[in-house]
Amino acid sequence: MKKRYAMAMDTRRCVGCNACVIACKTENALHTGGFRDWIVQEVSGTFPSLQMEIRSERCNHCSDAPCVGACPTGASHVAEGGVVMVNKQKCTGCKACIASCAYGARYVHEDGFVDKCTFCLHRVQKGKQPACVETCPTRSLTFGDLADPESPVTRLVRTRRFKVLQPETGNEPNLYFLS
Amino acid sequence: MAGIGRRKFIQIGAASAGVAAVGSGLATRWWGLDGNPVADPGTEGDKVVPTFCELCFWNCGVLAHVRDGKVTKLVGNPEHPLSKGMLCPRGAGGTGLLYDPDRLKKPLIRASKRGEDVFQEASWDAALNKVAEGLLEVKKRHGPEAVALFNHGFGASWFKWFMKVWGSPNIAAPSYAQCRGPREAGYSLTYGAGVGSPEPIDIENTRVLTLIGSHLGENMHNSQVQELADAIGKGAQLVVVDPRFSVAAGKARYWLPIKPGTDIALLLAWMNVILEEKRHDAEYLAKYATGLDELKAHVAGKTPEWAWPITGIRPELIRETARFIASARPASLIHPGRHATWYGDDAQRARAMAILAALLGSYGRRGGYLVTGKFPLQPYPVKAPQAGAHAPVRPVADKPKAGGFPVAEEVLASGLCDATKPGFAMYDMKAWIVYGTNLIHTLPAQKETIQAIQHLDLMVAIDVLPAEICGWADVVLPEATYLERDDDLQAPAWKTPFAGIRQAAVEPMYDSKPGWWIAKELGKKVGLGEHFPWKSGAEFVDVRLEASGIDVATMRKKGVVLGKRIANCEEDGATPAIFTESGKIELHSQQLAKLGHDPIPSFYPPEEGPPGSFRLLQGRAPTHTFGRTTNNRLLAEPYAENEVWVNADAAQALPTPVKNGDLVMLVNQDGVREGPVRAKVTQRIRGDCVFLVHGFGHTARGLRFARGRGASTAALTTRYKVDPLMGGTGINVNFVRIEPAGRTA
Repeated sequence: MKKRYAMAMDTRRCVGCNACVIACKTENALHTGGFRDWIVQEVSGTFPSLQMEIRSERCNHCSDAPCVGACPTGASHVAEGGVVMVNKQKCTGCKACIASCAYGARYVHEDGFVDKCTFCLHRVQKGKQPACVETCPTRSLTFGDLADPESPVTRLVRTRRFKVLQPETGNEPNLYFLS
Repeated sequence: MAGIGRRKFIQIGAASAGVAAVGSGLATRWWGLDGNPVADPGTEGDKVVPTFCELCFWNCGVLAHVRDGKVTKLVGNPEHPLSKGMLCPRGAGGTGLLYDPDRLKKPLIRASKRGEDVFQEASWDAALNKVAEGLLEVKKRHGPEAVALFNHGFGASWFKWFMKVWGSPNIAAPSYAQCRGPREAGYSLTYGAGVGSPEPIDIENTRVLTLIGSHLGENMHNSQVQELADAIGKGAQLVVVDPRFSVAAGKARYWLPIKPGTDIALLLAWMNVILEEKRHDAEYLAKYATGLDELKAHVAGKTPEWAWPITGIRPELIRETARFIASARPASLIHPGRHATWYGDDAQRARAMAILAALLGSYGRRGGYLVTGKFPLQPYPVKAPQAGAHAPVRPVADKPKAGGFPVAEEVLASGLCDATKPGFAMYDMKAWIVYGTNLIHTLPAQKETIQAIQHLDLMVAIDVLPAEICGWADVVLPEATYLERDDDLQAPAWKTPFAGIRQAAVEPMYDSKPGWWIAKELGKKVGLGEHFPWKSGAEFVDVRLEASGIDVATMRKKGVVLGKRIANCEEDGATPAIFTESGKIELHSQQLAKLGHDPIPSFYPPEEGPPGSFRLLQGRAPTHTFGRTTNNRLLAEPYAENEVWVNADAAQALPTPVKNGDLVMLVNQDGVREGPVRAKVTQRIRGDCVFLVHGFGHTARGLRFARGRGASTAALTTRYKVDPLMGGTGINVNFVRIEPAGRTA
C-alpha cells in the first residue's frame, strides 16, 4: 500500500514552547533566520472572555501541492509517502514555489535555494520520528502513515475533531489540527 | 472563463508544470544530477554522550550528539525520568550556549576602577594566585566566614565544598529568598517539610489543576509540562488564577483574572465555601490535621461576597470554582507555584495554598502531592574539615534565625548582600565568590547590590558568559559549559528514585576550565589541597558510583540508573510526608502564634501605585531561563526580546495612546527609565498591571547579542517588600508609567 505521511497536531496539548522549532533547527542544521516550523497563537474575544488556540505549523505536504506544479526546474517534487521535498541541486531560487504556497512554509536558504520542512524524511526512512515530534514535551505532534488504518495518526484523525488550514485552496493539506 | 475557480486554476498549473518537470528531468540527466536523493543534514552523532542539562535547574537527561568533535544536537534521554526523551526549547538549544561567540575565554583580572568593566587577560596561575592572596588576606583580617559564596546551578557543588573546608557557612542561592523560599516556608509551617525541587506533585493523575499565578507552559519545567499535557489529554480541567490570560489560562475551564496581590482573599473565600458547604475531606483531616475548628472560625466571615470587591472576582464565580475544585478531591491539585516572591506576605499565601490542599485531602494522595525518595549514593571518601580548625565560630550574620526571619531554612542571598554593608550585620562580608548567578539581575534594587560590592576587599566571578556581575568583579574565571565538563552525580527526590550523570561531551573550548578543576586548584593555593584528593571530576564520580554499587560503564553509557519503585501516595500504601512537631498538618500554626505572627493567613491589602501607573508583573517565556539564555542566539530566534503587555483599553486611554508594536519607555515610581521596548497591546491582561518577561535589557558590554534588547525588569525593581517570616524579597510592588519612546523625561 502506498504510504501517505501526515501529521496530527493537538492544539489542546500544545503550550507553544518552541521546542519543535529549536529541535528542527539543530536536527537540520538550519542557518540563523531559517525556520521550517513555527508557533502560531491565535487569540479571540475580549477581556475577560477570551479563547486561544496554539498551533505548531510547518509545510502541509499537500496532496495536490501547487508548489510542485509551480517549480520550473523540478526541484520541488513529491517524494516517498507524499512528502513534498526540494532538491537543492536543482533549485535556482526563483521563488515561484514561495508565491504559490498558501501557508508561508518556504523560505530562501542563505545558500540561495528554497528550503522547507521535509517531515525529516532522512529520519523517517530509518524508522525514526521527525525531530519536532521526538522532542515535543507535550506530545502534541503525531506523525505517521494515513494509509495505515491502525497508525496513531489515522486513529487520531478518525476519532478527534480536527481542521486543516485553508481547506478552500483545495490543496488537500496533510497537517491535521486537533481541537 | 468566468466560472474558473482557484481549484481549477491550480490543476491547470499543475498540468503545465508536469510538462516542465519532464523537460527538467532530461536537462538534469544531462547535468548528471538526476534523481532526488533524500539529503541527510549530517547531525547524527558519531558519538552520543548522555549527560544532564543545565539550561535551567530541572536538570533533564540529555543525549549530546557529537560529530567530528562538535556537538551537533541535543535530544532527550528516553531513560531519564525528568526528560523521558523529550526536551524543552532551552534544553534543545544548549548548543547555542556552547558555541556562543561571547563566552568568557580567558581568566580576567580587573585593570581599572571596579565596575568599569576593564580587564586584562591573565593565565590561570596568575588569576588563581590573585584570588588566593585576596582570600587569605580576608581570612587573616576578618576570619574565614567573611567570605560569601553566591551560587546557582548544579556545578556549584565544588565551590560549596570549597567553602566548607575554608570555614564559611555563608553560602546562598537567590533561588531561595528571591524565588521559591516563601513557598518552602509556607509548606514547611503546614506540613513540616518544604516542597523542594523538582516538585513532588502528581499533575499527571490530577482531575482538577489549580494554578495560582503560576504560568506553567510558559515556565517550562519539562516533566511538569509533559504531565500537564497528559492530564489535559485525559480530560483534567484547569482553574487558573492570573491577572494575565496565560497559556495555561487559555486551556482552563475557569480563568479568574484576579486583581494583583489579592490571592489570599480568594483562597480564604474558597476555604469559606468549602468548609461552610462541608465539601472538605473530614475523614482525612481528622486523621492527619489539627486546627480545623480555628480555621473554620477564621474563615467564617470570609465569604465570596467579602472577597468580591477585593479580588474583582464575582461571588458566583468564586463559589462555582470552589465547588468545582472540591468536586475532584483528593485528585484536585493546588499547584504550589515556584517563583513566589511577590508582595512580601508570600509565605502566608503559600500557607493558604497548603491549607487548601489539606482541606482537599490531596497531600499524600494520588493526583495531589506525592511521597518521593532519593537514590542512595555514597560520598567520596575525603577528610572532612575538622571542627574547631578555624577561628572560633561567630554568630552567622546573615543566618535569618538570628536576624529576625524566624522560619527561613536557607541562607538569604539578599541577606549576604546586606551583610556586606559595613555595620549592617554582626560582622561584615569582605569577599564574594559568585558562581553562575548574575546578582545584578537576580537581586532586587541594583543600586544596593552595587553599593555592597564597593565595600568588598575581593570579588571573584566564575561564569560562562560575561554577565553584568562579571563587570564588577576583581577576577573573572571562565568556566567550561555543562557540555564540556564532568560534575557531581544528580539524585533529587523523585517519584522513582534515580541517579544521573553529567559527563563532558567535548573538550573545554578556549581557556575555560571545569568547576571541579577551578575549586581544586584554588584549594591547593590556599593550603587546603588535602581536601581535594580527586584526580578529576570523572574520577570523583567513578569512586562514588563504585562505592554505591553502581556499574560505572553502565552509568556512563546510559546516563541514568533507576532505583527501586517506591509507594508515592496513600492509595499505594505510602504515608503522607508530615514532619511537623505535632506530627499533624497544622491548619492553625502554633509556631506562628508563638512568634507573634498570624497563625492562619489573613488578607492585608497591598499598597497601590501612583495614579496613572501600572503594577509591574514579571514572568517567563518558554525559550528563556531568566537572563542566562537571552544571549543564546539559537534561543533568541523565536524570542529575541521581551515586550511589555498592556491591556488594549488601558493603552487607548493613555495620555499618548499606544498601539500594538509601538516602542515605549517604562518609567518606574523612582524615576528609573527602561526601554525602548515594544508594547504588546492585548486583551490578555487586566488594565491595572503590565507584564514583562524577566531576563532582558542587558547592559553588559560582553553580551553582544542580548545587550540593549528589551526592557530589564531588574532595573525597574528598585523596591521590594521583605517577607517577615523568611526574608523573601517581594518584587511585585513596583509601578511603571508608559511613555512614548521618543519623548525625553
